[in-house]
Amino acid sequence: MDDTLLRAREEIHALAGRRSAPIQVMEVCGTHTVSIFRNGIRTMVPANVRLISGPGCPVCVTAQRHIDAAIRLAQGEDVILTTYGDMLRVPGRLGSLEQQRARGADVRVVYSARGALSLAAENPSKTVVFIAIGFETTAPATAAVLVEAQQRGLENFCILAAHKRVVPAMTALLSAGEVPLDGFLCPGHVSVIIGADAYRPIVERFHRPCVVAGFEPKQILLGLLCLVRQIVLGRCELENVYGVAVTREGNRVAQSLIERVFEPADAPWRAIGDIPASGLELRPAYRRFDALRRFRIELGPDEDHPACRCGDVIQGKAAPDQCPLFGHRCNPLNPIGPCMVSSEGTCAAWYRYNRVSCAALADGQGGPEA
Amino acid sequence: MTTKLKADGRPATGTDAIDRIVIAHGGGGELTSQLLCRHVLNVLGNPTLNSLTDGAVLGAQAGSLVMTTDSFVVQPIEFPGGDIGRLAVCGTVNDLAMMGAQPIAMSLGLILEEGLSLAVLDRVVASIASAAKEAGATIVTGDTKVIERRGREGLLINTAGIGRQADGVRLGAERIVPGDAVILSGRIAEHGLAVMSRREGLAFASTLVSDVAPLNGLVAAILGTGADVKFLRDPTRGGVAGVLADISRETSWSVEVEEARIPISQTARHAAEMLGLDPLTVANEGKLLAVVAADDADKVVAVCKAHPYGADAACVGRIVATRPPLVELLTEAGGRRVVQKPYGEELPRIC
Amino acid sequence: MCLAVPGKIIETRGGEAVVDFQGNRLAVSTVLTPEARQGDWVLVHAGFSLTIMPEEEARETWSYLKELGAAEAQADG
Repeated sequence: MDDTLLRAREEIHALAGRRSAPIQVMEVCGTHTVSIFRNGIRTMVPANVRLISGPGCPVCVTAQRHIDAAIRLAQGEDVILTTYGDMLRVPGRLGSLEQQRARGADVRVVYSARGALSLAAENPSKTVVFIAIGFETTAPATAAVLVEAQQRGLENFCILAAHKRVVPAMTALLSAGEVPLDGFLCPGHVSVIIGADAYRPIVERFHRPCVVAGFEPKQILLGLLCLVRQIVLGRCELENVYGVAVTREGNRVAQSLIERVFEPADAPWRAIGDIPASGLELRPAYRRFDALRRFRIELGPDEDHPACRCGDVIQGKAAPDQCPLFGHRCNPLNPIGPCMVSSEGTCAAWYRYNRVSCAALADGQGGPEA
Repeated sequence: MTTKLKADGRPATGTDAIDRIVIAHGGGGELTSQLLCRHVLNVLGNPTLNSLTDGAVLGAQAGSLVMTTDSFVVQPIEFPGGDIGRLAVCGTVNDLAMMGAQPIAMSLGLILEEGLSLAVLDRVVASIASAAKEAGATIVTGDTKVIERRGREGLLINTAGIGRQADGVRLGAERIVPGDAVILSGRIAEHGLAVMSRREGLAFASTLVSDVAPLNGLVAAILGTGADVKFLRDPTRGGVAGVLADISRETSWSVEVEEARIPISQTARHAAEMLGLDPLTVANEGKLLAVVAADDADKVVAVCKAHPYGADAACVGRIVATRPPLVELLTEAGGRRVVQKPYGEELPRIC
Repeated sequence: MCLAVPGKIIETRGGEAVVDFQGNRLAVSTVLTPEARQGDWVLVHAGFSLTIMPEEEARETWSYLKELGAAEAQADG
């Protein structure tokens, strides 16, 4: 094992050992959740360092009403519906995009928004709808593609605007004050765009240390080490261990593009509710690219399963195995909530990678065959 | 005999002008015969196949017979390192090989989509011929059907294979016990990633090529060492994770695998990372996973490494008695996590 | 959220670049990193380069920590 990793691990244990109370750290970002699980990082930190997965999974937090709208858009005449792979299996009230595809809708997975725009250029008799999800890492891509669509006069292209912003979500969580959080591991790639200084209000207003880290295990351990050190020593600062990619001010070009095309708006987060200024809405100059407007679709209600605790899970109020549906009725083959469908959803990651929950299921608490 | 294509843009006459499959090719009449003669038998032909009887007589066989069947629907039908034809032969031969059997005879069912280019068909049939020759497999009977156009220039293949099991072969999950070694014959994830690189919507070029290969020679070499080989399986759909999960479920033992020992190229590792895929879940078409008695692990790895299709073989883990039965990966980072059977289509992600 | 992978630009063409990731090549838009040049390492997400990464700095993560450790030893007294 790498020497750096070993030393970071030892230091975390030494520091955490100086405190008897649990150290609760939220890793906001879904990609951190997956990396932590894939690398087995929870098995490397002491028991009193608790990693809580936050609402940083864009798929998990996309409101049901937006998924239902995507499905209705897919059913449109001469529509090619394009989406990132992450969204294909997420269930709304009307089922999932994957199911629509099986019923004959033209639903295509794209790796990039540019792929969606190319499809529009190649298929002038069809309307290409692109499901625009993701946080500030992905929003600039959508913005760039819309600017290009406008410049090229590609009117047969439109988007379902469902981008979200990370810092308002963190602020809302802290304002609600329902989960004792000692610090935040901040998402490396969102930070590439918004800059490390974007978290300063969290540090200053809520007095929680924030450390920006990348996604390799070394990065995560270093980030955790800095966080644990701050917490144990009673410090409250903004740190960045991902300096190779993240600057204090972020990517100004990307930020300008976002500002040119979008403006902050209140947005519904699945199973949480509306969070102020947490979404991105199209500015008037770009509103004709709004798919809901173009196809005259009204957003419907959200109807989450009454027993589903996805909302609590993504806010860190409950662990996946505290949801009554986890494993038995809700599992990756038959997901009820988005946290189980999305490969970076906390519940899916827990189910796939966590020995403890696998053991509990195997002990006869039911659940599907592997 | 060569394919007759349109020449100089001047329409040739009659059936010579056809350069694509049309529905009539499946009609069982003159056009079908022409298709078979000019595009299948000319390359694959052998006395048994050429007689075009309803069935092939194999004659009495000594030893235990193994039979397998498989269907091939891969898209695109031609990909870096191979095509659906090579895949069909190797897939069938490998299913037999995992049972310790060498191929005696194969059937070949072709389902051709209206609109399929005959030039593509010729390439696929040539691949079938060369793969069959390499594996020592003979195609003794076949069938051809044509389906209506679905816009994909499609070709689907169904096969059945019959093989003879080597004497003294005792392969089965029930023989696996704690302490046994888990061996992989080489670098993983190349087939699945090579195919994905050609899929529409992804458009990334890669130096990765499919590893599709017939493994019956490698299996014969392994069994020929006299090592106590308990179990063989090729990690196709579902990847290595799928096979390990199956072993754990079938035996009720746990499997411990070390991530650092798993052979994988940097290119494959990065391609998987780009797409957000776990390499353990990606399909392989020219690799095998073996469970052997601990004392024989080194011998088996050595004989693999001496074989062209086993150059990067390694012992990657072992069977352990931990309960409940799980597959655990000791990660390169120094942690542990559970490996489970993937749930289905692994899709490229942004998150 | 946010699978982004570092790669090296091997060719630029206007607002696009061909990026190499250990033998895998992708055409990406460089509109978010207009100063990117051939030979630069960039972080790529969903078909766009997000930032230019100085190659040497990637290796210095551990030294960041060593500095911190030294400062700590002083503060703790």
